[in-house]
Amino acid sequence: MPARVVVLGGGVGGTLAANLLKKELGGEATVTVVDSTGMHIYQPGFLYVALDQANALWLARDERTLLRKGVDLVVEQATRIDPSRQTVELAHGGTLAYDYLVLATGARLDRGAVPGYGDSHDFYSFEGALRLREELRRFKGGRILVGVAGIPYKCPPAPVEFVLMLDEYLRKRGIREKSSVTLLSPLSRAFPIESASKLVQPIFDKQGIGLSTFFNVESVDTAKHTVSSLEGESAEYDILVLVPPHRGAAAVEASGLGDEGGWVPTDRETLQHKSFDRILAIGDATDLPISKSGSTAHFEAPVVASRIASLVRGTAPKVAYGGRVMCFLETGHGRATVLRFDYAHPPVPPTPSRMWHWAKWFFNRAYWVAIPQGRVG
Amino acid sequence: MTLTDTAVTKTIDARGMACPGPLLALIGAIRQGQTGDTIAVLSSDAGSKTDIPAWCAKAKHEIIELVEASGYVQFLVRKTH
Repeated sequence: MPARVVVLGGGVGGTLAANLLKKELGGEATVTVVDSTGMHIYQPGFLYVALDQANALWLARDERTLLRKGVDLVVEQATRIDPSRQTVELAHGGTLAYDYLVLATGARLDRGAVPGYGDSHDFYSFEGALRLREELRRFKGGRILVGVAGIPYKCPPAPVEFVLMLDEYLRKRGIREKSSVTLLSPLSRAFPIESASKLVQPIFDKQGIGLSTFFNVESVDTAKHTVSSLEGESAEYDILVLVPPHRGAAAVEASGLGDEGGWVPTDRETLQHKSFDRILAIGDATDLPISKSGSTAHFEAPVVASRIASLVRGTAPKVAYGGRVMCFLETGHGRATVLRFDYAHPPVPPTPSRMWHWAKWFFNRAYWVAIPQGRVG
Repeated sequence: MTLTDTAVTKTIDARGMACPGPLLALIGAIRQGQTGDTIAVLSSDAGSKTDIPAWCAKAKHEIIELVEASGYVQFLVRKTH
């Protein structure tokens, strides 16, 4: 009887892991992806949509078209996991039994955790990006604040990329002189990683972008148009763009499989759940202290697939996750840099250049035919 | 090396986490904690010796103790408000 592998989540990690598992195991396993929408969303594109550089239609594809032949897709919300019975409950009834389970459940936005979140904007969802795009189209000048309302959050470079690209956007529209742009950074510098921050700070200075450090957004007063920090400061805005607080998936939390933030306690090398060997986790869902990003999921998926294949065959696992991540960082005005690092090696980003901007441009377009199918390692 | 007898509400073992992970973990714990809580942070990252005290000074939380151990530093932080 073939092993039953169930993958929860049809994002980059879940889709790639499912495809690699089917390719590796063929008839030795059934592979079932459970996804609540059946649509695969390319989340890095939200940034471009918000800044009017891309059409939102580019961001979504039918998940079925990205899955290898032989991988089953169940379009359903998984509501609960029972690790002792090895089953997954589905929202409309029914359960799926598994021998191995992959939690590729991602992160969910928890806007309600910020008092007064109200009319704040974000570029962390389809709706958020479209709403922000409309707001920016109407904008004729004023104060724009960009802040972070919870840690951890997806794509650490995103707030910095946003302010740098926003600067370019406002200049092109001829309203930069009538506007101020300020990043409210949760840390003592613009970017979480010091080496990248040293690259970014001169660009902030040159472009006249403001930086408030140690500003962890705690609450918003929509009537007074002020945002307050955990550190006891406040700032006034005309447009407030926030990275919303993130949590792990509801099904993970409801099943008692996550920590207090809903993140899956995950072994940093085997990617197995720390309490349940038959459950592995990928990407945003884990509690690992590395970037929550599609890149992380992309590099973790082959490890998860290989380890499950070894478990199914009863052979010694061949690979471990070493913390590999690679992220582009758009610095505006047609330039970008790249951050490549792992558990043992911090990033040494090159000087921003047009080459890395075009590399990201190419990656964005090649994504659909290269990444979910595992054509790029 | 001994720590004071202060009761620790929560311990964050951030050893092995690169900068700024230990500080971010502390900020998260302060966010979720209650006034008066004492949080212990263990960090092996050199940057923590600068950024944790700097953040506590800005946010007006008290560093009760900073103990250097073999390969890591332990901070005891009291949430004061």
